[in-house]
Amino acid sequence: MNQSINLKVNGTNHEIEVPAQRLLVDCLRYDLGLTGTKEGCSVGVCGACTVLVNGEMSASCLTLAAAVDGAEITTIEGLAQDGRLHPVQQSFIDHGGFQCGICTPGQVMAAKALLDVNPNPTEQEIREWMMGNLCRCTGYYKILESIVKAIGPTQEARK
Amino acid sequence: MIEFELHSPNSLAEAFSLLETYGEDARVMAGGTALVLQMKQRLAQPGHVISLRRVGGLNRIEESANGSAGLKIGALCAQQQVATSPLVKTKLPLVAETYQHVATPRIRYMASVGGGLVHGDPSQDPPPSLIALGASLTLTSASGQRVVSMEDFLIDYYETDVQPGEILTDIFIPSAPAGSGAAYLKFLPRTADDYATVAVAAVVTPGPGNVCQDVRIALGAVGTTAIHATQAEEILLGRPLTEENIRAASASVKDVVDPLDDYRGSADYKREMAEVFTRRAIQQALANAGR
Repeated sequence: MNQSINLKVNGTNHEIEVPAQRLLVDCLRYDLGLTGTKEGCSVGVCGACTVLVNGEMSASCLTLAAAVDGAEITTIEGLAQDGRLHPVQQSFIDHGGFQCGICTPGQVMAAKALLDVNPNPTEQEIREWMMGNLCRCTGYYKILESIVKAIGPTQEARK
Repeated sequence: MIEFELHSPNSLAEAFSLLETYGEDARVMAGGTALVLQMKQRLAQPGHVISLRRVGGLNRIEESANGSAGLKIGALCAQQQVATSPLVKTKLPLVAETYQHVATPRIRYMASVGGGLVHGDPSQDPPPSLIALGASLTLTSASGQRVVSMEDFLIDYYETDVQPGEILTDIFIPSAPAGSGAAYLKFLPRTADDYATVAVAAVVTPGPGNVCQDVRIALGAVGTTAIHATQAEEILLGRPLTEENIRAASASVKDVVDPLDDYRGSADYKREMAEVFTRRAIQQALANAGR
């Protein structure tokens, strides 16, 4: 049975009809056309589908869209402001934080979520936080470097 | 994914009424990390899912009001909330540390404390520490409340003492005894986000003359539920905490664990590691008692 839900995605309100079993990742990709969020493992382990639900990290492959009715969702498409990339996105580009790219939206969302709660993390804190985002190309050193280098600009941007 | 109907009650009373209406065809959902996964894999096929997301008042961490020292943790608290709470870190550091070992930060933000416990997975991190601290769980239904100890709550593989019509509403965790030290050790030979090959929680209170005044030991991932190692406790209680006595107590857990062969290790290996990690957990708890 379909139900009508409201999601505020990247600042825009959407009223959508979904069946109860609709996963948030499918709702974003197929109902709203926001294909930046990727589905990897489908069991909440790999981190590719990471989005923010009311500001907190969430595995959209394990989230029922109807269960987060009324929530604010941030996806990779919502990070750039006025045509300017988020400092984490820019840092991934500047420091080669990706190879094939499929895990990148999830990596960037997780890194943004970290800097939101801990603007000045140590390298060890970054490693522990990011352990739930897998990179099948194994480009972890560059991902770590990208986040470390993003710390400065993020703080700059917030002044 | 299976088809089902989703209900989002605004209060516990509404949730009880839905449970009454749909009976065994209904499943209660908190964060959904366990239930959605089970529904995807068709291990759970409820016709009705009752989401507790809109039910208020069950996501607080507060000091106990009933006189006994400890913390009352609402069943809908996110596991990350417990892992990072200054109150938990101060009053029950073992609990904060244990929850920091659960899965990954993303899963900890989604998964609730209560949802994890009713899931009844024997490899989870919290139950050994909660047994070692003597935690108890409040199960609420339309007709009242009852309190069950953490160890009695866990009945078998993915089976708990939640009865039809009941919802786990809060967990009470007593403060560790004065002068005690505590440790939770998780043996992870593969990856940091994995389930343990074996996990051991120990809370030990050394007294005058290094005599063991109080001790609680529990193991995870080596049986159909978390295991309270009472034999090991009896060997230590009232005796000096010598290397020899600690070794004897640790060796006794090999008789009570019942691990499975899997890709985290053979049953024989896990049984050996249960002894090794019990010994290390007791020693670590003792070292922490000196602080």
